[in-house]
Amino acid sequence: MVATYETKTDYKVIGNSPIRHDGLDKVTGRAIYGGDVKVPGLIWGDVIRSPHAHARIKSIDTSAAEAMEGVFAVLTHDDFPQADDKTIDAGEGTVNLRRGQSNVMADQKVHYKGHVVAAVAAVDRNTAEIAAQAIKVEYEVLPAITDVDAAMADGAGVILEGLVGDHLGENVENTNVARVFRHEFGNVDDAFANSDLVIERTVAMSMVHQGYIEPHNATAIWAQDDNLTVWSSTQGSFGVRSQVAGLLHVPESKVKVNYVEIGGGFGGKTVVYLAPIAALLSRKAGGRPVKLVMDRSSVFEATGPAPGGKIRMKIGVNKDGKIQAADTDLILEAGGFPGSAVGAAAICVFACYDLPVSRITGYDVLVNKPKSAAYRAPGSPQASFAIETVIDEICDELGFDKIQFRLDNAAHEGTRRGDGVQFIRVGLEECLVAAKESDHWNAPLGDAPAGKARGRGIASAYWMNGGGKSTCDLMLQDDGTVMLNEGSADIGGTRTSIAMQAAEVLGIPVEDFHPSIPDTDSIGFTGVTGGSRTTYTTGLAAYNAAQKLVIELKSRLADLWETSADKIDFNEGTFTANGDSIGIQELAGKLDPTGGPATSTSSVNLAEAGNAYGVQICDLEIDLATGKTDVIRYTAVQDVGKAVHPQYAEGQIQGGVVQGLGWALNEEYFITDEGAMANRSFLDYRMPTSLDMPMIDTIMVEVPNPLHPYGVRGIGEVPICPPLSAATQAVKEAVGKPFYELPVKPGRILEALNGD
Amino acid sequence: MTTNSPSKVHVTTTINGQQHELLVPGYMSLLDTLRELIGLTGTKEGCLDGNCGACTVNIDGRIVDSCLVLGAEVNGKEVNTVEGMATPEGLHPLQQAFLEEAALQCGICTPGFLVAAKGLLDNEPSPTEGRIRHWLAGNLCRCTGYDKIVRAVQKVSD
Repeated sequence: MVATYETKTDYKVIGNSPIRHDGLDKVTGRAIYGGDVKVPGLIWGDVIRSPHAHARIKSIDTSAAEAMEGVFAVLTHDDFPQADDKTIDAGEGTVNLRRGQSNVMADQKVHYKGHVVAAVAAVDRNTAEIAAQAIKVEYEVLPAITDVDAAMADGAGVILEGLVGDHLGENVENTNVARVFRHEFGNVDDAFANSDLVIERTVAMSMVHQGYIEPHNATAIWAQDDNLTVWSSTQGSFGVRSQVAGLLHVPESKVKVNYVEIGGGFGGKTVVYLAPIAALLSRKAGGRPVKLVMDRSSVFEATGPAPGGKIRMKIGVNKDGKIQAADTDLILEAGGFPGSAVGAAAICVFACYDLPVSRITGYDVLVNKPKSAAYRAPGSPQASFAIETVIDEICDELGFDKIQFRLDNAAHEGTRRGDGVQFIRVGLEECLVAAKESDHWNAPLGDAPAGKARGRGIASAYWMNGGGKSTCDLMLQDDGTVMLNEGSADIGGTRTSIAMQAAEVLGIPVEDFHPSIPDTDSIGFTGVTGGSRTTYTTGLAAYNAAQKLVIELKSRLADLWETSADKIDFNEGTFTANGDSIGIQELAGKLDPTGGPATSTSSVNLAEAGNAYGVQICDLEIDLATGKTDVIRYTAVQDVGKAVHPQYAEGQIQGGVVQGLGWALNEEYFITDEGAMANRSFLDYRMPTSLDMPMIDTIMVEVPNPLHPYGVRGIGEVPICPPLSAATQAVKEAVGKPFYELPVKPGRILEALNGD
Repeated sequence: MTTNSPSKVHVTTTINGQQHELLVPGYMSLLDTLRELIGLTGTKEGCLDGNCGACTVNIDGRIVDSCLVLGAEVNGKEVNTVEGMATPEGLHPLQQAFLEEAALQCGICTPGFLVAAKGLLDNEPSPTEGRIRHWLAGNLCRCTGYDKIVRAVQKVSD
């Protein structure tokens, strides 16, 4: 059952922007991130990685490393216990335990360059590195399969031996296509035949990386009593617990994951890489604590990029401006093991439009590249790029206003999404209207200086947001302050956005809250910080816990006032009954005779999340001699439901936009024919710097989410999606040529310009 | 330590105003010297090749990536890190501005940005937006899109 709420409109706490509770620790260097963990007796681990993208492991000789002074343990895949052949939820995607184990450490075959082959633990980091390099591995090198065409070609080598593909329900062996699925509604062929204009294009994009500044890290103690303790930079401690337990075949109850601050994740820190290795090394080293920190080139080569791939997009439209049908093939790279974001891409691809007829076919394709992972609205940016590219072309072709056309076809309450789900109240139309009325849309582009050209692009996008499980505990203190425990990793101020929701209920200033994120033994299950679920879901747990605390306090006060609880009113922090009144913080100090401390707890499991839409406008200027693009003005419009903490809500939008602009204009995995990533450093994998970007203007539209008492919607994911097409269409307008491949980098722009 | 540790170098250095006498392994970066030998983990490791700026510190008035400097090289020099910015009287105005302007999300790049921005304002109290963006281009932030970081530095500018 899905609860819906009448939205509150009069707020005391929500909608303000207090300083975050963990802010001081983070501006003084005091906050403890995974890499900062120090445990008595700590030793260091390191790994050796495959230099080949695709190879069979013929032998591993660890004897030299084992003989080295200062080495405590050496590890290969043979040391792993047999994992169950089952698939578990990792928060933003699933992990098959047996394949997950092979991804953590290669078993007989390496599937991508940088795949871990063996590990060591030694007295210090330097010794561990030297010892790892002393491990000798013999390979039989196989041809690298580096794109979806090669992977799907007849006679292609098989990357994952034993894989049985599910192709529209049919079992297929000897394939690199792990899954083919379809969502279909109506007859697309008939609808295309009846359309005035049909445009079909194929777009392509390379893998890109989440680019979090903090590399992966893990510290573990696997003690003689079988208890396993982990510290690891992660978006979800419980996800680490379930994966470590599953991959090492131990009960979850034996694994405790301590919370540490996380230096960015964007979806990429939902999967474990180092924690199981640290744990096994610790066990082999007699229970000593072992720490590993990944180097940056390995972060690029061996951890979760977003899938690249190809998307075929066909749209039929009538001259009256109504879309008749849309058909797409989403072919995304899973990487070295199955499981790309193609399922989510299929959900998102048509979600901005109210389509009478549609067909979506998804392909999950293995290639010899790192196993892809979630990256901010996984699958939606690629999907948005494909559909918005064709929509833009339709508008150009038939002379439609680019916002009015989207309004005329906009998804709204009751629209059936491409995968069949019907929308509740959504705010796309409101976003489009806000974009249409914005200063930016109504301002002229301005003349470009000599030697430059300007263009403007617009695009929209969708993300379904996440619900799931979260827990929050409240403990009212004698002095009227509140200790708040919750389970969500805080990557962008969510301790505060969660506490604000309890503060609003209780009428206690949010500054009097002390939010903490305890270890997995000390708080109820809480899913990952990802999918734009945290402020909505954990926030709702905090809201519910606060409501329960009010009920508890009423019953206590009924004792003190010798009345019945149902006669007591509570409003904005004050209890009243029969002419008596007392503030909640004052009451907190008088609870001893009523049974002692007042606490409450709430866990939720939300099946639905409401939805997020964004519409963005990009102005950019191109140097016609070099092809370099400069974004000169940018406006992001988004339905945020209700901005709990407007500053941090805006920050989520701005950060997402800049990641999306990097994806559109510069970022890509440059893969050699041998399957090596040639640009595996921050110097060559060119993420936007402060110099590359202008200020990012935001317009936050508030269409309340009916599933939340304050109307809160998830906000973090959707803003990364529109820039891919908005920037590309701006380049198209500037140079007069369309672009179907990302990134739209200077070289591609020059090629287009010189093609004249 | 072990046979794999080369000989150590005797280093006398001032870190955040406090004198330290250290024996630093010859291979060890200033970043690891701060983090592992002294325990100042506010300076962060991001890439170890001088491209992200998370490990930015100030040596004798100049900002550097501490992953590209050996611990042995700071003998006789004055090193300042994020831990040295606040005083008993309170936070440095940049630290306060980062809090008020929400100029951090995950916070891993924040120490590097603060030390870098202080290096700018110590010498140029009134930089333009363009100058701020140029100066901070050696520090990567993946969360904020830079908007609020630039505004926080502008807030402290004269």
